[in-house]
Amino acid sequence: MVDPFISSFTIFVLAVFVGYHVVWNVTPALHTPLMAVTNAISGIIIVGAMLQVVDINGSQLTLTSVLGAIGIFLASINIFGGFMVTQRMLDMFKKKKK
Amino acid sequence: MENISAILYLVAAVLFILALKGLSSPTSAIQGNRYGMLGMLIAVATTFLVMDKPVLALIAGAIVAGAAIGAWKAKTVEMTGMPELVAAMHSLVGLSAVLIAVAAIFHSGVEHTGVQKVELFIGAFIGAITFTASVVAYGKLSGKFGAKAVNFGGQHLLNLVLALAMVGFGAAYFFTDSHAAFLMMVAIALVLGVTLIIPIGGADMPVVVSMLNSYSGWAAAGIGFTLNNPVLIIAGACVGSSGAILSYIMCKAMNRSIVSVLLGGFGAEVAAGASAASGPKNHKSGSADDAAFLMGNADSVIIVPGYGLAVSRAQHALQEFAELLHEQGVNVRYAIHPVAGRMPGHMNVLLAEAEVPYEQVQEMEEINSDFANTDVVLVIGANDVVNPAAQKDKASPIYGMPILEAHKARTVIVVKRSMNAGYAGLDNELFYLDKTMMVFGDAKKVVEDLVKAVNH
Repeated sequence: MVDPFISSFTIFVLAVFVGYHVVWNVTPALHTPLMAVTNAISGIIIVGAMLQVVDINGSQLTLTSVLGAIGIFLASINIFGGFMVTQRMLDMFKKKKK
Repeated sequence: MENISAILYLVAAVLFILALKGLSSPTSAIQGNRYGMLGMLIAVATTFLVMDKPVLALIAGAIVAGAAIGAWKAKTVEMTGMPELVAAMHSLVGLSAVLIAVAAIFHSGVEHTGVQKVELFIGAFIGAITFTASVVAYGKLSGKFGAKAVNFGGQHLLNLVLALAMVGFGAAYFFTDSHAAFLMMVAIALVLGVTLIIPIGGADMPVVVSMLNSYSGWAAAGIGFTLNNPVLIIAGACVGSSGAILSYIMCKAMNRSIVSVLLGGFGAEVAAGASAASGPKNHKSGSADDAAFLMGNADSVIIVPGYGLAVSRAQHALQEFAELLHEQGVNVRYAIHPVAGRMPGHMNVLLAEAEVPYEQVQEMEEINSDFANTDVVLVIGANDVVNPAAQKDKASPIYGMPILEAHKARTVIVVKRSMNAGYAGLDNELFYLDKTMMVFGDAKKVVEDLVKAVNH
């Protein structure tokens, strides 16, 4: 049985390579939207926060669940703010000459 | 069930990669952004599916509150304020990572293996550094803390001592499972985030913002390792490498090594080499009318915008002027230096906001060979990025920095407040060339006069 760390690490290394090659293809004109959308994507950390907000031994309000909820709140700001501001910028690039 | 969720997470990860891939052109980018949103939706929904006894009210409340604030910020932020917004968002990811790690430590009934403890340690300390460093970067960018670099003796030694202490407490946690040791480790990492960023000056902020972008990704990936969650690892790794690439591009554009940026102190050593003046220098100056006449009669004009343009909010007037020239049959293009704005690609967004057509905006590598065949170059709010010293003068502090070769054009018009030196404190021989005409004044005022002059 392979340690879960090894399989996670395999995924990690491959993802770094994928990210590297995909991002070099991003046109420099869109580097600011790239940063905004990566901000939104790093909001994926919400998944980690959600997993903490569970009923632990019959109690719903624990230090763990409250910290997790704050984490969800912060990550949601990133997700909604990031995707929406990216959309706003990309719409500017789309606009045609009058 | 576990298999289904694993596949759904994989779908989400692929959608995130497609979101990044879409950014290779403005037309595919909008679709890409939708893929990103869909990916996030799938990831969150899948998490609900796999959770054992979730506290739904708490989760939903937190999401709704965050969504409201995020949406409000996204709608109201000014495009000049993008760097601050991005820095603020990096800090949220960092803080979130710290909270998750601490929550996991206090998660009673869950035993962490040795590997998981190391992963928690890494996720928490990268998150903590990202958090406070981004707060400082936000303060510097928004002018709340002052953009000056803060240097003092023993700075690097202090950072080293802090880093060692942080690792020490991490080790203590590893062997004793002490919550206090873990919290101490986090506290030191928070301080380290501040001490690492304060020596970096305002001019290097584009690099710092890109670097923190990278850190926020690594923090997410670190948490992903702890939870053995592939979508967190993949998304975090992509964001991490994206930020690293942007940092590299910014460093190259400023001819700085990442090490010298991180150690800080740009500006201090510059003043010495700057005053290599040889005798009195003369410059020619003209009015906006003269400039408009020259450009109206040209076949081709290249506009070189710098951040000064955005500061005086002249980009809309400039677009109007370019449009008028275009109607008169002048070939108008914009040349963008990678560090023209305050973050990667910032100037492109500012011009796009002013409805400058995408085709007219060109990057440095695309347009540099065209300057020699161009009638008039209009430099507006830019200085160091068109300084020929970067190519000729080995003694110059900016020697080796790639520049826009405005000096090769037939005529150069420079709009500037006064003859004062630029950001790097350097004189610019471009201003003293025979073919150069200086137009003094506030960028917005001058551009509005240009519009009037071509219109009459």
